[in-house]
Amino acid sequence: MIETRALSVHLTGKPVLHDVSLSLPRGKLTALVGPNGAGKSTLLTALGRLIAPASGEILLDCVPLNTIPAPELALRLSILRQEGAVGPRLTVRDLVSFGRYPHSHGRLGVTDRAEVERAIDRLDLAAFSDRYLDTLSGGQKQRAQIAMVLAQQTDVILLDEPLNNLDLAHARRVMRIARQEAEAGRTVVVVLHDLTVAAAYADHLVALKAGRVAASGRPDQVVTEPVLSDLFDTEVTVAEVGGRRVVLTL
Amino acid sequence: MSPSRLAAPAALVLLVGISAVTGVASLSGGEWWILGVSRLPRTAAALLAGAGLAVAGVIMQMLARNRFVEPSTTGTAQAAGLGLVAVTLVAPGAALWLKMAVATAAALIGTAGFLALVRRLPSRDPLLVPLTGLVYGGILGAAATFLAYERDLIQYVDVWMNGELSGVMLGRYEFLWAAGALAIAAYVFADRFTIAGMGEDTSRSLGLDYPRVVALGLVIVAGIAAVTVVTVGMIPFVGLVVPNMVARFAGENLRRTLPLVAMSGAGLVLACDILGRLIRFPYEIPVGTILGVLGALVFLWMLNARR
Repeated sequence: MIETRALSVHLTGKPVLHDVSLSLPRGKLTALVGPNGAGKSTLLTALGRLIAPASGEILLDCVPLNTIPAPELALRLSILRQEGAVGPRLTVRDLVSFGRYPHSHGRLGVTDRAEVERAIDRLDLAAFSDRYLDTLSGGQKQRAQIAMVLAQQTDVILLDEPLNNLDLAHARRVMRIARQEAEAGRTVVVVLHDLTVAAAYADHLVALKAGRVAASGRPDQVVTEPVLSDLFDTEVTVAEVGGRRVVLTL
Repeated sequence: MSPSRLAAPAALVLLVGISAVTGVASLSGGEWWILGVSRLPRTAAALLAGAGLAVAGVIMQMLARNRFVEPSTTGTAQAAGLGLVAVTLVAPGAALWLKMAVATAAALIGTAGFLALVRRLPSRDPLLVPLTGLVYGGILGAAATFLAYERDLIQYVDVWMNGELSGVMLGRYEFLWAAGALAIAAYVFADRFTIAGMGEDTSRSLGLDYPRVVALGLVIVAGIAAVTVVTVGMIPFVGLVVPNMVARFAGENLRRTLPLVAMSGAGLVLACDILGRLIRFPYEIPVGTILGVLGALVFLWMLNARR
């Protein structure tokens, strides 16, 4: 479980998050939603300890995040960032294997190899696991990055827009994996743009607007016309299709 | 994979054999001492400098997260030269190991300065990084030249900046084994450097102490460059061309590719040295000049092939 208390985060001197107090429960899939620039990615980055808060604190299982040694944190928390810059020329399997680094420190054992293969299979990467990343499409690269995060096998999984570049079949596959991970008792936090996807898969939604929590709760509490119209400052229609909430913006 | 794994060592052995019998003095008159005093030390110097510089190049590329940098285009070699000029001015009679230490320290500071500089550049245009490095190295080199010119040390600067192996003899190249040792140290930490190449955030997500990995890489790069500058002079392009060629065929997972990088660097410098001994026989062309021409051509081809 992750908690934030009165969390404020600045980026290049400018405040991006103000006074965010949240509880992200274990065993649940939490979706972070909100307009562009609301601070969703910044919040995720702070939860992953990649930026230090300006004030307030973050607790991981009741322990302040900044007191956990880096090698231990890498065993407990993993994060998918929005596409990083160009890295070394690696094969898909090499990249996923580096997800095991916190466990193996470079010497892959039997368990490590099994986890790598499992992550490759779960993301449907087996057909090109020996290809170099720079020969893959954007969606294939994205899946390889997600597989790397999964291979890390941590209690907390933070995913920043994992559905970027994914076709509809693979988007569904990734959301199902996120659910399975949550049901296995992990804390899964996902930044999502598609509110229909968020409503369908998340247990818990946190809506951010201009760096503050605008709403939070179960999908049926947050995915409603008044809340969303207010959140995005535009008319939003919520329809029910086959028992699911579908968000229409046109 | 497996034929190419054998090809590199086999080619190296062949080159060593050719190097041993190539030169003005003939071995046929029973002059075997030449082998031990001159030919083999020269061969070893070429191999060590080549392997070291290629490894230094690939590590520099991981730390700068840019394919187009190497110790001679990031101010590393020029800073080492500047340090050498400074220590020669202050303490002309200093022991060689002391000069080496000052050169390494200067190279370390110079390279750290380069990394601090390129961190501020927009990551959109990868060619800005080597361009900045060339200008930065040019300024450091100019400072060294100016200091040396004022005190009549200019010929030393020439010797340090232009790699040349004809002066290598038993007892005058042994510091280069330190470059070999540093290359082996790089192999021990190979995974960390590959991860560093994925950037600071990924490194930290995987539990690495990123500043420490950078510091470690800087020590290895600066050490190799300084030792090379002091003993045989800077040999350009090895650290650029070799890692890029290896990346094309074998990727950049350093745990796997570093031995190939080291062997290819060793082979390239030795082959160019042999070429330098043969082109104008019985005269010699410095290995740095040969690599300057060859390396520039390969570099241009690489830039073109990028598209």
